[in-house]
Amino acid sequence: MGSKECHKCLIIACGAIAAEIVKLQRQQFLFNEAITLKCLPADYHNTPQKIAPAIEKILMEQRDKYDVVLVGYGDCGTGGRLDAVLEKYDATRLPGAHCYEFFAGAQLFEDMIEEELGSFFVTDYLVRFFDRLVIEGLGLDRYPHLCEIYFANYKRVVYLAQEENPVLVKKAQAAAHVLGLQFHYRKVGYGDLGNTFKSLPLKASGVANVSG
Amino acid sequence: MSDDEEEIILRDLNDEELVAQMQDDLYDGLRDEVFEGVEILLERKWDPNAILSDALVEGMRIVGIDFRDGILFVPEVLQCASAMKGGMGLLRPLLAASEHAASTGKYVIGTVKGDIHDIGKNLVGMMLEGAGFEVIDLGINNPVENYLEAIDKHKPDILGMSALLTTTMPYMGVVIEELDKRGILKELPVMVGGAPLNQEFADAINAHTYGRDAAMSAELAKTIIGRNR
Repeated sequence: MGSKECHKCLIIACGAIAAEIVKLQRQQFLFNEAITLKCLPADYHNTPQKIAPAIEKILMEQRDKYDVVLVGYGDCGTGGRLDAVLEKYDATRLPGAHCYEFFAGAQLFEDMIEEELGSFFVTDYLVRFFDRLVIEGLGLDRYPHLCEIYFANYKRVVYLAQEENPVLVKKAQAAAHVLGLQFHYRKVGYGDLGNTFKSLPLKASGVANVSG
Repeated sequence: MSDDEEEIILRDLNDEELVAQMQDDLYDGLRDEVFEGVEILLERKWDPNAILSDALVEGMRIVGIDFRDGILFVPEVLQCASAMKGGMGLLRPLLAASEHAASTGKYVIGTVKGDIHDIGKNLVGMMLEGAGFEVIDLGINNPVENYLEAIDKHKPDILGMSALLTTTMPYMGVVIEELDKRGILKELPVMVGGAPLNQEFADAINAHTYGRDAAMSAELAKTIIGRNR
């Protein structure tokens, strides 16, 4: 990932993990100048065809200004299109297919899928914005009967929690109830997102420089 | 429909107007209205095949185009599909009993191993049925053995595989490789589809055809059958 002590890192991330990135940056006291965080709308999750072109646009305009570019996405349903863009611009993304996997870690994620294929994963962010991203995003506010079509093959909601937060646990339980699914809770923390952050070649000192 | 709009009485429309209205109603996901339209056309002695193709399939073809162009989204498409299903429910027994009921071909379809997502597959199945195919649906999470067994049992003209996840789509390649090893692939066209797929991926795994969306998949399937006959 370039020199050991670079000073300029661009992180292009899904809006769904922006808060976690800022938190990690603060935890590690990274330089204000060290990181520029650019976020794309979290609802691209439902339209993954928009992800790679949106990231390419940013890289095309800004890649030269940074020593390191980290893309805060998994493959996220882009079917390899994101990887093709990143290769072109010498940028790295988080490991795994999506945020559930990089938060849980590949092995645990695989085990949970093995345990129950019909697992619908949510993170802190997805629990917080469940109504907007899931209920409205899937049109369940307008067509509640579609719930059965979308979730017929799911058996449980698995809440992969980043932080311990009883309010969010309750909210996730309620979400599972709305979808008619069982509920499973697992505190996984930041997983590979945290590990990737620790390995970034940056100097420590201040807070994040966040731009939308 | 807004209050000041005049209510349309389907029975008052002539055939051409009614078919156009049914396409509109299907687009708007109005299941009861589509059902009523089918009933009226049947009363007017329309051939069930013509109702299916002119009103329902054509309506869904327009839906498919607008979905592709980002005008309609998944929830709306599912509403349209539900409306089409309503009409199909009425037509299916008539089509089966019809002496002109000629199957376009036999199509085995299933979501691949590790994947439980079947919305796209079900839409494709419905469009194939609308195009006159006999559809054998293997459901979700199918290992290669299920496909082999179905091929052996049903002798399909086309095999279709679907996947929604980046992690499960490579399994389509596993199935195709196995079909190739057994000498089945040269006789059996394999179609693949699913949100993360593209033509490059389909080419890379040696699939016969990539179906970008449900309406297009049905069209392509008909083309394959035409070419092979």
